[in-house]
Amino acid sequence: MKNILLLGAYSDIGQALARAYAAEGNNVWLAGRKQEKLDDLAADLRIRYDQGVETFLFDAADTDSHESFLEGLPVLPDSVVCIFGYLGEQEQAQSDWEQAHRILMANYVGAVSVLNRVADAFEHRGKGSIVGISSVAGERGRQSNYLYGSAKGGFTLYLQGLRNRLFKKGVHVLTVKPGFVDTRMTEHLQLPGPLTAKPEQVARAVVKAERKKKNTLYVLWMWRWIMLIIKLIPEPVFKRLSL
Amino acid sequence: MDVTNWNNYPVKNAEVVFFDTKGELRKLIDTNEHLIARGLGRCYGDASLSDTIIEMGKYEKALHFDRESGVFECQAGLSLDDILKITVPHGWFLPVTPGTKFITAGGAVASDIHGKNHHVDGSFSNHVLKLDIMLADGTITSCGPEEKADLFRATCGGMGLTGIILGVRFRLKKIETSYITQRQVKASNLDELLGYFEEYKHYTYSVAWIDCLKKGKHFGRSILMLGEHSRNEELPDKLAADPLVVHGDPKLTVPFNLPAFVLNKFSVKSFNALYYGKNLKKIQQGIVHYDPYFYPLDFVHSWNRMYGKKGFVQYQFVLPLSATDGLVRIMRRISEKNMGSFLTVLKVFGPQQSLISFPMEGYTLAMDFAIEDGLFEFLDELDQIVEEYGGRLYLTKDARMNARFFHDSYPHFREFAEIVRKYDPQEKFSSLMSKRLEIRG
Ligand SMILES: Cc1cc2nc3c(=O)[nH]c(=O)nc-3n(C[C@H](O)[C@H](O)[C@H](O)COP(=O)(O)OP(=O)(O)OC[C@H]3O[C@@H](n4cnc5c(N)ncnc54)[C@H](O)[C@@H]3O)c2cc1C
Ligand SMILES: NC(=O)c1ccc[n+]([C@@H]2O[C@H](COP(=O)([O-])OP(=O)(O)OC[C@H]3O[C@@H](n4cnc5c(N)ncnc54)[C@H](OP(=O)(O)O)[C@@H]3O)[C@@H](O)[C@H]2O)c1
Repeated sequence: MKNILLLGAYSDIGQALARAYAAEGNNVWLAGRKQEKLDDLAADLRIRYDQGVETFLFDAADTDSHESFLEGLPVLPDSVVCIFGYLGEQEQAQSDWEQAHRILMANYVGAVSVLNRVADAFEHRGKGSIVGISSVAGERGRQSNYLYGSAKGGFTLYLQGLRNRLFKKGVHVLTVKPGFVDTRMTEHLQLPGPLTAKPEQVARAVVKAERKKKNTLYVLWMWRWIMLIIKLIPEPVFKRLSL
Repeated sequence: MDVTNWNNYPVKNAEVVFFDTKGELRKLIDTNEHLIARGLGRCYGDASLSDTIIEMGKYEKALHFDRESGVFECQAGLSLDDILKITVPHGWFLPVTPGTKFITAGGAVASDIHGKNHHVDGSFSNHVLKLDIMLADGTITSCGPEEKADLFRATCGGMGLTGIILGVRFRLKKIETSYITQRQVKASNLDELLGYFEEYKHYTYSVAWIDCLKKGKHFGRSILMLGEHSRNEELPDKLAADPLVVHGDPKLTVPFNLPAFVLNKFSVKSFNALYYGKNLKKIQQGIVHYDPYFYPLDFVHSWNRMYGKKGFVQYQFVLPLSATDGLVRIMRRISEKNMGSFLTVLKVFGPQQSLISFPMEGYTLAMDFAIEDGLFEFLDELDQIVEEYGGRLYLTKDARMNARFFHDSYPHFREFAEIVRKYDPQEKFSSLMSKRLEIRG
């Protein structure tokens, strides 16, 4: 039985992860911005799985609070899963700094702020596991979502660096690139069925990949190849495409 | 976005919204007109269609489960499928269940659903202790059989028109095992069947399948399916090892191919197979898991699409016990017309005290019709017979009856409409159904 801290627990992927981790017999600690949502989710998990469930208020964008947030945990968790994120409005973000800033905070800066502290503590303890939900959108900049994409890309590189640093210290880092997932984040989009995973599918794959100490997880295998092809397109050609 | 319910008719272009918190729902109610809640869209018609549809599917948390007393509370979007997964391992079952587990707790209340045990346990609302509802003014009110009883009575079976049900607290039914001891009794005609219903009325679950094609002295040839929750000592050793196994467990093999009975082409075959095949004895007994027993259709995903693009309608009516003539007339009309399914499901309801719920003491029959030219005219004709005998139609299965028939056939309609008006004076909540049936005048 481990203590798993879920940052952004009420996201659709987060709820599925909380259920999957609790079903495996772990305690789950739910962190998010709205107490009402956390309480509802906690009640549900306790009823379903008989595991210890705790809730904590957490805002990724409020970086000043991260230190006291982590100090407020009962003990240092065994795993930290960083799930929060924000797709935002690309077009708006191009000219509206507030929107751009929100995207950068929720997908990159906030994650770095909290995980820096977690990484130090895990390194010190010589044990722990960090899971980051990044995105295939971070693999190549595209006009339709390069603010979100660049922040996720930064997050992917950050996790890669952490892995390189912490591997020797007994700390594992897993980068998750889910591909399309059917969640409220993508509800307004028409997603191609075969390339779209369910949150429960993502959760199952993550729990398994973490157990097997995988480095990078593409939830649906096609995505590894799709992104490979997209990355192989030469820039002089790529810049002419409208993607 | 185009939205349609289980029968694919009608289709409504609607704005679909959802919420996570009460505050978010309140904002939606404040800023929209013509709202209606929608669960898993398992009704057959226009009840959960409107300009703005509030999807309940994300509001689906279990909130309370007392494993000693069997009291359960959840957010209204939780499915019966999930509720069973949570409660069955602890020896508790749904007090009332429909023929599919893919409906929400809120939908169960709003349609005041009935099951095969209506004659013993009544409808779903008989087991509800408390509802939390967000009213048109954005306030949240609790109600129950004794608390704000008018709101409670108009919400159970009220098709979402009093407000958005947020939470449902109800009593579960104690079980020893997750199996059903099933008994099948063959009847060679309708009289015999009705006699058996009476003879076996102490059984908790009962429903009959009738072959509508048989004419003459075999008219009403049928199989009465009876059931009781199996007790521990009834289970063979193989099953007794895990007596409270839930559905969806891969260990559970499902020797079942009955879902085809909804389809005309195959239905007669599978019925005959059952009637003449291995089922040689007049009375047949066996133990089955609750999943194939209650939810045979759930094994075939999207069978509703098999009716094609135009969709289908279900016609479910109830007639008083004294109206066996009416029952015979309607069944005859349908088999003459060759339009409906060849097989139908007949059930006897017990008495029911409620404002606007469908059940009343009598016979209820449900059957599917593919939408085709002349169908609605034909169903209007059937409505006349139903009305003549003092019966009525099930709102959650209806997409086409006219307002006058509805008003006249539900004895408490006017009182219901009054209560709806009291709690929603501005008509925030409305659906294609509430307009069609002129519930607000
Ligand atoms: C295969 C099959 C078998 C069935 N068998 C039976 C049966 O045996 N007995 C029976 O009684 N019914 C039966 N039904 C019908 C079904 O149980 C009802 O239509 C039920 O109400 C569907 O629930 P839902 O959650 O899908 O809600 P929807 O179909 O989306 O909505 C149904 C009604 O409930 C209202 N509603 C839903 N959620 C809320 C809420 N939170 N607050 C306020 N109003 C709400 C909607 O506005 C609408 O009026 C069957 C349906 C199918 C598809
Ligand atoms: N859906 C996809 O196709 C897809 C694909 C690849 C990657 N992802 C990633 O998967 C993760 C989960 O997303 P989802 O698809 O499950 O969508 P979601 O349900 O919309 O989840 C997003 C979550 O992020 C939280 N969040 C946003 N800003 C935050 C902040 N400043 N502080 C704390 N929490 C914040 C939100 O919290 P509130 O509940 O408080 O609003 C929400 O729970 C995200 O990182 C997303 O980028 C999704």
